[in-house]
Amino acid sequence: MTTTDIESGTATPPLGEELLAVKGLKKHFPIRQGLLQRQTGAVQAVDGLDFTVTRGETLSLVGESGCGKTTTGRLLTRLLEPTDGTIVFEGRDISHLSDGRMRPLRKDVQMIFQDPYGSLNPRHTVGKIVGAPFKLQHVKTPNGTKKAVQELLELVGLSPEHYNRYPHEFSGGQRQRIGIARTLALRPKLIVADEPVSALDVSIQAQVVNLLEDLQDEFDLTYVMIAHDLSVVRHVSDRVAVMYLGKIVEIADRVSLYESPMHPYTLALLSAVPIPDTKGKGGRERIRLTGDVPSPINPPPACRFHTRCWKAQEICKTVEPPLLELAPGHQTACHFPENQPGGEAPRVGTARSVNTARPVEAPRTEARTDTARPVDTPPAE
Amino acid sequence: MTENNDAFLQVRDLRVHFPTDDGIVKSVDGLTFSLDRGKTLGIVGESGSGKSVTSLSIMGLHKAGTARISGEVLLDGQDLISSSREEVRLLRGKRMAMIFQDPLSAMHPYYTVGTQIIEAYRVHNKVTKAVARKHAIEMLDRVGIPQPDKRVDAYPHEFSGGMRQRAMIAMALSCDPDLLIADEPTTALDVTVQAQILDLIRDLQNEFNSAVIIITHDLGVVAELADDIQVMYAGRAIEYGSAEDIFDRPQHPYTWGLLGSMPRIDQERTERLMPIKGTPPSLINVPPGCAFHPRCNYARLNGGASETEVPQLLDIGDGHRVACHLSPEQRKHAWETDIKPKL
Ligand SMILES: Nc1ncnc2c1ncn2[C@@H]1O[C@H](COP(=O)(O)OP(=O)(O)OP(=O)(O)O)[C@@H](O)[C@H]1O
Ligand SMILES: Nc1ncnc2c1ncn2[C@@H]1O[C@H](COP(=O)(O)OP(=O)(O)O)[C@@H](O)[C@H]1O
Ligand code: SF4
Ligand code: SF4
Ligand SMILES: [Mg+2]
Ligand SMILES: [Mg+2]
Repeated sequence: MTTTDIESGTATPPLGEELLAVKGLKKHFPIRQGLLQRQTGAVQAVDGLDFTVTRGETLSLVGESGCGKTTTGRLLTRLLEPTDGTIVFEGRDISHLSDGRMRPLRKDVQMIFQDPYGSLNPRHTVGKIVGAPFKLQHVKTPNGTKKAVQELLELVGLSPEHYNRYPHEFSGGQRQRIGIARTLALRPKLIVADEPVSALDVSIQAQVVNLLEDLQDEFDLTYVMIAHDLSVVRHVSDRVAVMYLGKIVEIADRVSLYESPMHPYTLALLSAVPIPDTKGKGGRERIRLTGDVPSPINPPPACRFHTRCWKAQEICKTVEPPLLELAPGHQTACHFPENQPGGEAPRVGTARSVNTARPVEAPRTEARTDTARPVDTPPAE
Repeated sequence: MTENNDAFLQVRDLRVHFPTDDGIVKSVDGLTFSLDRGKTLGIVGESGSGKSVTSLSIMGLHKAGTARISGEVLLDGQDLISSSREEVRLLRGKRMAMIFQDPLSAMHPYYTVGTQIIEAYRVHNKVTKAVARKHAIEMLDRVGIPQPDKRVDAYPHEFSGGMRQRAMIAMALSCDPDLLIADEPTTALDVTVQAQILDLIRDLQNEFNSAVIIITHDLGVVAELADDIQVMYAGRAIEYGSAEDIFDRPQHPYTWGLLGSMPRIDQERTERLMPIKGTPPSLINVPPGCAFHPRCNYARLNGGASETEVPQLLDIGDGHRVACHLSPEQRKHAWETDIKPKL
């Protein structure tokens, strides 16, 4: 990578500095109907996000499908223009920069896409695909583009001989590596990775996860990772933001999020993940949500989770709970949070205990949860 | 091998080969297992390891003329491989049913959900449309579709992914099948919906005492449901055992690889993940000897046997079977020093 000398010349600031700051970020997609294509409503895909990303860290966005993760990623990389709110990257407001003024910034902010099959042009060689960013950005490489590309291929665990091959000759994991090599070409500062491993088999997934970790260490990369696999997220993240219907309902460092989740939705999400061992077979504490996520066209008022929350009270339907810092670095938007500091022993979604109520016929608007949920001691490790 | 000769489902030396322009794809190459009623078998393995081909063979759903199938599939004593397509077709629905990964592939887009369940039910039950409709509504209710009396007239595309999956399950279970095959039934779903579907499969099995095969690449899902687990690699079973055997004392290096590749939600993993090196094998030119040997860290311990001799699936006690040339001592040593401490 040393030959692809495209650094701007400024020294890299120390860790701990804010790289990205997002305030009140919204994206509403208009719904148009009829002959005149009049706007009849909007999909509130992202509806008011506040968060920051520190240089060198990995922040993960998690949540059920349709909650707005990809839209957020596309906003951060400015593939989409926000409806409202601001995105500040390295102190500069990029929320509404034109394409032309965004171009020089594109090398700093890159996106890795979910689908390693669809995101590579099948008619281009690997050399052309990985080399494209140099061309687009008119970046001169001391020993020529080919050499730079071959170095990138080696960096991601492919071989320089792959230069003239086509994407269809590669497996899913190798294609994802090609995508990563292309992303790294311009030495970005921030990489938004949208489900980078979810299309891959578990053994290959682990190879790519390790690669992303190594590259982060080597190049001081900052990741915003979009993922739905909460086990992978626990492994790769420094901090985790949980989204529900276009909003962040909880954001915390990894350890406190997994060991003392506060938002009922986070608890439900964690407790739904099956654990690959035989200790708790059919007998873990379970919080069962029924039904699917409501439509982002008509999200429920106030707390959007109230239609599925087993703790919901009247106030949840009328007053929107603000995202508040309830423990150091741990923010939650809920009127009746769990696991508050100083409260009882932490209750973790994945804790082991004995209870198996499995309702089948519940109406979809009502949350189901086991009646007697004992307070658990935290898991040993 | 502990052969269970009166098991409800017996698969013996099943081979499914597809002739293609590039050569013969050996998707399944000598598979033997059995399953009793009331029990759940989990089949795990990477994509392309032959899981779906196995289930389609049992169901008799390969397109005529595309696959070369040999071996035996005995369902309650009747061999399905040597039966005619028509005979097998009549068994589908009542004797055996399948849930697919993609519900849209199993449901017809132009008919309402209700119509499809009603038709499936009437193939096996001589009842009036009205009775069948009532049954369809009951089934939709059972799988947790809200307002089933209204939703019965909806088209598949009007359902969300989770509801479609539930509707397909309602269809698959409408005739109380004796054998239910669920092929990646939750892969496309969110974890919250996945949990609902897994609960549902478990409940319905308890009620009807069905035999269930659950096919998945997610070891967490099999841990939830399966009594026994078969691990497949390149068209063969490389390890077979109870869920405890596979999770607590796995014996095959590939199974170790799967466990080592997987981050866990219930614990901080301090070590890096341990991926399996390399890529899945070609099924046209399957590596000689043990198909896993190009990716195996222990292939050199056996004086070349791993590269030349196909290891047989052998019982190492209590029905736990492993296909690997390592000696019990070598396996014990590797598991205890290399693998277990890093999981
Ligand atoms: N009709 C066919 N013609 C040729 N090859 C086929 C056919 N059907 C399946 N195969 C091949 O057989 C192998 C096993 O396929 P199968 O669908 O069983 O894999 P799987 O384990 O279910 O994988 P996945 O998890 O991706 O669904 C693959 O290599 C596949 O390409
Ligand atoms: N271009 C678009 N037009 C209309 N709706 C959209 C568009 N892109 C995304 N959406 C909607 O926005 C919501 C969030 O989408 P997305 O961010 O892709 O979800 P996720 O990635 O979390 O699955 C969904 O309801 C989706 O259908
Ligand atoms: S605010 Fe109320 S409805 Fe929303 S998550 Fe908290 S308790 Fe549940
Ligand atoms: S037979 Fe040899 S190559 Fe195959 S799993 Fe055992 S040690 Fe590895
Ligand atoms: Mg997405
Ligand atoms: Mg399959």
